Amino acid sequence: MTNDCRLTETHAQADISDLVWPTDPAEIPDWIYTDQRIYEIEQERIFRGKTWNYVALECELPNPGDYIRSYIGATPIIVARDQQGAVHAFENRCAHRGAEFCKTYRGNTKQFICPYHQWTYDLSGALVSVPFRRGVKGVGGMPADFKLDEHNLRGLNVTTRHGVVFASARDDMESFEDYLGPEMLDQFDTVFDGRQLKLLGVHRNVMPGNWKLYQENLKDPYHATLLHTYLTTFGLFVAGNKTMILTDSKGRHSTLCNARPQGRPENDQTKSEIRSFHAAMQLADPRVIQLIPEKDSPWTSNAITIWPNLVLLRQTNILGARHIVPMGPNQFMLIWTTFGFADDDAAMEQHRLRQNNIFGPGGFIGIDDNEAIKFVQDGMVHSVPRHGVAPLGKDAEGPEVVITDRAIRSMYRHYRDEMGL
Amino acid sequence: MLTAPTLTAKTPLDPALRRDLAFAVQEFNADYAETLDRGDIEAWPAFFTEDGIYRLIARDNADSSLPLSLMSCEGMGMLKDRAYAIAHTEMFAPRYVMHHITPVRITDFDGEIISAQANYIILETLVDEPTRLLQSGKYRDKFVMQGDRLLLKERHCIYDTVLVPTCVVYPP
Repeated sequence: MTNDCRLTETHAQADISDLVWPTDPAEIPDWIYTDQRIYEIEQERIFRGKTWNYVALECELPNPGDYIRSYIGATPIIVARDQQGAVHAFENRCAHRGAEFCKTYRGNTKQFICPYHQWTYDLSGALVSVPFRRGVKGVGGMPADFKLDEHNLRGLNVTTRHGVVFASARDDMESFEDYLGPEMLDQFDTVFDGRQLKLLGVHRNVMPGNWKLYQENLKDPYHATLLHTYLTTFGLFVAGNKTMILTDSKGRHSTLCNARPQGRPENDQTKSEIRSFHAAMQLADPRVIQLIPEKDSPWTSNAITIWPNLVLLRQTNILGARHIVPMGPNQFMLIWTTFGFADDDAAMEQHRLRQNNIFGPGGFIGIDDNEAIKFVQDGMVHSVPRHGVAPLGKDAEGPEVVITDRAIRSMYRHYRDEMGL
Repeated sequence: MLTAPTLTAKTPLDPALRRDLAFAVQEFNADYAETLDRGDIEAWPAFFTEDGIYRLIARDNADSSLPLSLMSCEGMGMLKDRAYAIAHTEMFAPRYVMHHITPVRITDFDGEIISAQANYIILETLVDEPTRLLQSGKYRDKFVMQGDRLLLKERHCIYDTVLVPTCVVYPP
């Protein structure tokens, strides 16, 4: 008797021969955002496939016994630190009857006990005891050949870099550094420079949209100055700023960097294209957008997408990780984890907290994106199917060309390879 | 773990004084809710003192002593900037919000600062969508009297609805 199957086991795939990718390279079929079969193939081939998935920051579990609830794709997992200090990731589903047993956001424990029949697991997810193993008075109980170690929680491989924890269901993964590639690793290290992090808090919201729309959003410099009037009004990001969008060699990760001008920008030609630009507006309290120099970087913001489930945002002095958790084809959860550095003084921590009014599901520009993604999914779910288009810019253009959909197209080339579409 | 907040009155107040204070805060809350529910966000900062503090806090962050807020305003400048952003720069679908605030409990009065608490729920309605629960939370307030008006020196809104539905546009 054994049920130690892997999370990577393959399942019979539904027939998707009715789904045909359009031949025009600028077109994106809308069934990738709405079809249940596509969603299930994504879980298997992308989230449980050859990817490093973001699952936690080490500062969320500083001490032995600390744990958090997390996800790999849609699958609930636990990330825990054992007594020796090693970080483990394993599924949040009892090997016995399948109960999702951990129901708290975070905590500290010596072991995990499923409340249904008290199967008990250690901090690495190994099954350490089951009640009534020998039955009562020698009657009943587990079969004689029952082995605890054949009923561990299904585990994931874990890697960490500069305080960030990634997990993979696959054993044949390249290193995280190779997975990112040199340009993206350099960007990653701009946010996580190796200093110890300090957790400031976590926000969660549910989004009525397909998870890929959020990856697209941060690969889309076109929208930044058009949707986000707050950025243009108060001079954080204006078309004409020094900007670049760069992808890795496989086209799956990207970074959108921007260097904000000193002071407040004057009216210029590019802004006449932006209908809602409010030329005269000044913040009553400019501390919210004040830049306190702290990094040796030419950029004041880096929006980094790491395939498949992480968006890293360094904007002015805000540092945050956004974890994308799919919840079916038409919905996902976004977990916003906000942090500073352990060596921040009290004034710097207060500054970061104040500045976080910009992001999150109540943020000056967080609201814009969440609403825009809902608008897109509403259109796709309610109306008659029609391919979307991402036609801006040329694929051969360099990173300094930013009125472009180049990074969206490159992500979908990689996606089609992974999905076999 | 979810833990129950422990806030109790420090000293017994004279019952008549307690009743008068509770009535005044209740009237204030009705006015506050009515202003936000009619969408008059630019009138919202006037409910606060010049140094007024507003924070919207997820219950799990509060329980874990994590300092992050979903919205935070320190003083009139930030209150006005939040109101301006909602009225003029943020993009969101039009919506109705409806506050339902429970009766007020006065937890302390030191002769100057009135500490009060109430629970609230906010229902949100978008065009062609059924009404949904946006927020379920608690107000933890400190009021002062300025002239003949009560003003908020501090309002902490601590919400149980940790998984926010899309976003919170108007401050609870």
